Amino acid sequence: MPILSLKNVVKQYHNHLAVNSVSFDVQKQKIFGLLGPNGAGKTSIIRIITSITGSDSGDVFLDGEKLNGYHPKDIGYMPEERGLYKKMKVGEQLLYLAQLKGLSTKEAKQKIDHWLRKFEITDWWHKKVEELSKGMQQKVQFIATVVHDPKLIILDEPFTGLDPINTNLIKEEIRQLKENGTSIIFSTHRMEQVEEICEDIVLINDGQVMLEGNVDEIKQKFKEHKFKLDFEGSTPDLSNFNVVKKSNSSITIKLTEGQNGNDIISQAVKQGCHVLAFNEILPTLNDIFIKQVESH
Amino acid sequence: MNKLLLVIKREYFIRVKNKKFILTTLLTPIAFGLLMLLSGYFSAKGGQSHKKVLVKDESQIFSEAKIEKYKHDYEFSAAPLNRLKEDYKKEGHDLLVHIPPFQDVKDVKHKIEYYSIEKLSLSTISDIERNIESSFKEYKIAQSGVDRDILNSFKMDINMENGAIGELTEDGKEQDNTSSKLSTVIGTVLGGIMGFIMYMVIFIYGSMVMRSVMEEKINRIVEVIISSVKPTTLMLGKILGVGGVGLTQLALWLILIPLISIGVSMALGISTDPDQMQQIVNQTGGLPTEQLNEINPANILRELGQMNWLFIIPSFVIFFFGGYFIYSSLFAAVGAAMGDDMGEGQQLMLPIMIPVIVAFMMLPGTLENPNGGMALFGSLFPLTSPIIMPSRLAFDPPVWQLLLSILFLVLACWFFAWFAGRIYRVGILMYGKKVNFKEIGKWIRYKA
Repeated sequence: MPILSLKNVVKQYHNHLAVNSVSFDVQKQKIFGLLGPNGAGKTSIIRIITSITGSDSGDVFLDGEKLNGYHPKDIGYMPEERGLYKKMKVGEQLLYLAQLKGLSTKEAKQKIDHWLRKFEITDWWHKKVEELSKGMQQKVQFIATVVHDPKLIILDEPFTGLDPINTNLIKEEIRQLKENGTSIIFSTHRMEQVEEICEDIVLINDGQVMLEGNVDEIKQKFKEHKFKLDFEGSTPDLSNFNVVKKSNSSITIKLTEGQNGNDIISQAVKQGCHVLAFNEILPTLNDIFIKQVESH
Repeated sequence: MNKLLLVIKREYFIRVKNKKFILTTLLTPIAFGLLMLLSGYFSAKGGQSHKKVLVKDESQIFSEAKIEKYKHDYEFSAAPLNRLKEDYKKEGHDLLVHIPPFQDVKDVKHKIEYYSIEKLSLSTISDIERNIESSFKEYKIAQSGVDRDILNSFKMDINMENGAIGELTEDGKEQDNTSSKLSTVIGTVLGGIMGFIMYMVIFIYGSMVMRSVMEEKINRIVEVIISSVKPTTLMLGKILGVGGVGLTQLALWLILIPLISIGVSMALGISTDPDQMQQIVNQTGGLPTEQLNEINPANILRELGQMNWLFIIPSFVIFFFGGYFIYSSLFAAVGAAMGDDMGEGQQLMLPIMIPVIVAFMMLPGTLENPNGGMALFGSLFPLTSPIIMPSRLAFDPPVWQLLLSILFLVLACWFFAWFAGRIYRVGILMYGKKVNFKEIGKWIRYKA
């Protein structure tokens, strides 16, 4: 059973249809990419999932149950437009946010203590947020998102403003949360991060689902049968193929119908070419994203 | 813990623990007490200047009169006026007064002159004029040969009291339902104070709620919060939390101001004993004795004690909460609609300010005629009733008016909470969009 299911969800603001009959599933213990250009309807979908706004029609199911007033405690949400109370101390702030998610004071203190130790920032408890750098505040925001052990975590552009070290730290935490059974929805424009982290994705444009599925399968589906041959020595003559790109050490070929990769290798080897590597070039999610959005 | 309670707790303690709040709460009554007592002290000690007056009395009337009870020191001289003009200062006098000869006892006007380097205050001039006038009056009475008792019998003091027939008690006696002029004065002052407190409460704590909403919006934390709490719960929590702060501050001021006033007055050696205060009032002069007889601290305390506080205090608290709730809901809606730029959002505050200012402007008219048409309208219209109705409480308004006013107030609280909630839930998530009334109208119609 998926952790989250959207069935024909619709949301209209005045004359603007923000979400147009969107349906998709997020599987348990997966990192799921929610992608789309600006204004595609991602934030509207997230706000419906987090019960910030309601949908006009359609249903949302969390762990098999129709979304209800008890579900906010099962969801951790780190929005793109995020912040903290600047004058409040880190510890008090995390305690307040954890209690709002339904934890008792004792439970909340234990969990906060665990996360502060994990990030080696136990001395921040009494620091005011305004004393922290933006990157440090991001860590506090991340703790606030996960402190109540939610079943589903929604992270909207979680790496914005983080340095590479802290980015890796958060990435590692996301992976660990997933290993521990949490499902994660990851919304971003950064396609290289999606490819690195996500297993499944959904691409939204103009409030509609354009594309959905496993990242590898989508790449296979959109592959263009391009192969790259890396070699040493003299350049082989492969003019009977559709050569897309050529250099002193590599040739990229797009195969046409009836051709296969073995034909390229055997022809190159016959000509005495020293083949170093031969790989299929799969399209990047960025390419697929742009192509899909433009074709729409 | 209940989420509403959590929000109330945070909103309350974040403010109450704030150093600025503690300082303001403690310093205001100290400053208030000091200011009141010092101004009283200075006006009693220093405000009434004591002058040494040299008088050349050619009429021989003032110099012959009994002058020991006068406030200023009068000294008389028969030396030529020109010499006195030159020497009065050297001889240690503050001013010289010249009274020319008085010819005809029938004259009702007599011009006298004074000479002084320093500019005299109006009260000093009128004091001296009054002293000389009274000596002339005594002289004229003596000259006319009229019996003083007969003269005194011409005086009349008409004092109109409320003689409304009281309800009969169980034993058949009529209840004392009369109220003195003093009770009207106290009612007016009390009404004015209560109306003014409400006006201040609406602005001070209403704008505190607005700033709190704006803070969450500008800090971008609101989306995290409302993923855990419903926007209306958050708004309600803010209003109640800040309301608690207001009540705490007012309660502390109500306790601290009298305590500090008494403490400071004891330290300065100013008496708070009603009889001694009465003496000070008498010394300062100004009011006719007839009025002074009634308006004295002892009578004021007695009248205050006779007021129906069991009716006034709960009614005031109801209007305090109702008024605060209506206006702080509207301030919360405006805070949510405002962007980062507070200047741009000023126009949104105008519709809130207008009824408050109109109510404040209606206050003097209401106190002048507490049972008039304007007072009745202001008491029933829920945007003005939180200011107007408390100002009428000391005048015993009809019970039906009070109940109807409370009913309208409760309905208005419900309506404005709904109305503000509709604006709030959309406004807090709107960034970078210039908001106008048309846009807000659309928000109200959005489905939740």
